[in-house]
Amino acid sequence: MKFSDEFEARFAEMVPHYPTKRSALVPTLLYAQDEVGHLSDEVIVEIAGRLDLTELEVRNVISYYSMLTTKPRGKYNVQVCTNISCLVRGGEDLLHHCAKKLGIGHKQTTPDGMFTLEEVECIGACSWAPAAQVNYNFHENLTPEKMDQILEGYRKQRTQ
Amino acid sequence: MADLVSHPDEVKVVSRRFGMGTTDINRYLELDGYKAVQKALAMEPDAIINEVKNSGLRGRGGAGFSTGMKWSFVPKQSAKPKYVLCNGDESEPGTCKDRLIFEHDPHSVIEGVMIAGLAVGAKSGYIYIRGEYRYLSNIMQKAIQDAYAKGFAGKNIFGSGRDFDLYWHGGAGAYEVGEESALMESLEGKRGVPRIRPPFPAVVGLWGGPTVINNAETLANVPHIILGGGDWYAKLGTPKNGGTRLFCLSGNIEKPGVYELPMGYNLRKMIYDVGGGIPKGRSLKAVVPGGSSCPCLTADEIDVAMDFDSVQKAGSMLGSGGVVIVDDAQCIVKFALRTMKFYQHESCGWCIPCREGTDWLKKTLTRFHAGGGLKKDIDNMQYLSENMLGRTFCPLGDAAAMPTIAFVKKFRKEFEDHLEGRPCPFEKEGAVEQLPVLTH
Repeated sequence: MKFSDEFEARFAEMVPHYPTKRSALVPTLLYAQDEVGHLSDEVIVEIAGRLDLTELEVRNVISYYSMLTTKPRGKYNVQVCTNISCLVRGGEDLLHHCAKKLGIGHKQTTPDGMFTLEEVECIGACSWAPAAQVNYNFHENLTPEKMDQILEGYRKQRTQ
Repeated sequence: MADLVSHPDEVKVVSRRFGMGTTDINRYLELDGYKAVQKALAMEPDAIINEVKNSGLRGRGGAGFSTGMKWSFVPKQSAKPKYVLCNGDESEPGTCKDRLIFEHDPHSVIEGVMIAGLAVGAKSGYIYIRGEYRYLSNIMQKAIQDAYAKGFAGKNIFGSGRDFDLYWHGGAGAYEVGEESALMESLEGKRGVPRIRPPFPAVVGLWGGPTVINNAETLANVPHIILGGGDWYAKLGTPKNGGTRLFCLSGNIEKPGVYELPMGYNLRKMIYDVGGGIPKGRSLKAVVPGGSSCPCLTADEIDVAMDFDSVQKAGSMLGSGGVVIVDDAQCIVKFALRTMKFYQHESCGWCIPCREGTDWLKKTLTRFHAGGGLKKDIDNMQYLSENMLGRTFCPLGDAAAMPTIAFVKKFRKEFEDHLEGRPCPFEKEGAVEQLPVLTH
């Protein structure tokens, strides 16, 4: 299994930070996922081998963390927060708007593989609610109209 | 990038360099940066601890434990290496303050970690940043590299002959990891399941070594305390509640934002003066004073000084500084349901009272909000919550139960308005799929 040079550099730099190899597991999984799109069987076997863990130990960790996924996602993961601060400022309406606009529900992906929609827990944007994250980018003080423009922007970015 | 706000009542300590470009280490140096750690290098460890004890600094993550006291629990001699662990896994709903510290003043956290290290005799520090804050990890990574490049971190720091290594570590989405023992499990590459205590982390922590774990805001305050003195810091706040606090105003409020106010600032003033009051001519229904795990206060309970002890006396908690304002257009049952949905999602399932309790409560609240509630459900929710309290390894069970008890007790009428097939009075007709009322 081949990762990018950037991944390899990060991995090589990170492992010696800890007295046990295993400690690098969670960030390594996330970097691998960023690159591959999801934690495929192949990725799991590879990382387990590198950190002297069993495949089961790695899967056990993956299932705990909500950002980690073994299922492919769209190019852009649209994560709409509906937790309390967002809820009282229209977070749910925003989520429903996205669902309607994209024609998909929670954790579903558009047929063209462009977008996945996810209702997420608090992302730490409470004072700028309602908020969403697309992959790692924060989008705040949102309205349905602003959200439309943001999604359109990502679509264009991808098709250009 | 999150917007900054300001108000004349603010007392800027931890936020004094926000917006001043101090992600650049040279700019940070111009603004008193790394002076505190150099001062601390010339101090005895006990003198550092005493200064922090005198400052009245208490844990900004939510528990409010004395920081100096926590440091003093670390044994002087240890066969295993000691560690400092900065908790930047900010994820208590309503809280968005550590984010601003990492974004605007990352070196202040680094300095705090180093001073904590000098105080307890640790030679390495880890800064754990939640996975969603990737852009902040990038900022922190650069800050650490810059500190190494200047000789402030690594071998022979500031030419003192002492070593201190610094690392950042990223999470991958888990609220529970914000709890200190789960945080260590996560850093060790495991599921964030809490550890039983004792032994406490100060004695047996990361990789079995004595470990000091402090919230990012707590640590960012430390350099200011070392430079300004514990007495100066203590006087900014109220007795036993030293300093200032980053309060994150959110929800139904005119001017949401993160404001640094003295400990003990009046909550009513915070909402109406600092936050500009409730928008759209609405009135206040409830405030969650310190993040979603804190029992709500009603509109007539807001004449309270926002420090750890006063809020506790008022029946709630100062928590993590997340002040969520709820207006009279909001349905408390739905608010309680959303809160519980969160805890049910985040419960790791290790302790049965939390795993089963959150699930039951979520199901009951879902049915209740959809008009399928029975009168006995109201008492059952309270009874179930009360029986979760104190029966779990980590406080997630308590965090789910405490707000629920308050919602049921303080807004019983609103629960009764949803009873026996009545549609939610706050929702548009047909917005909630009605569930049948159970007959038993």
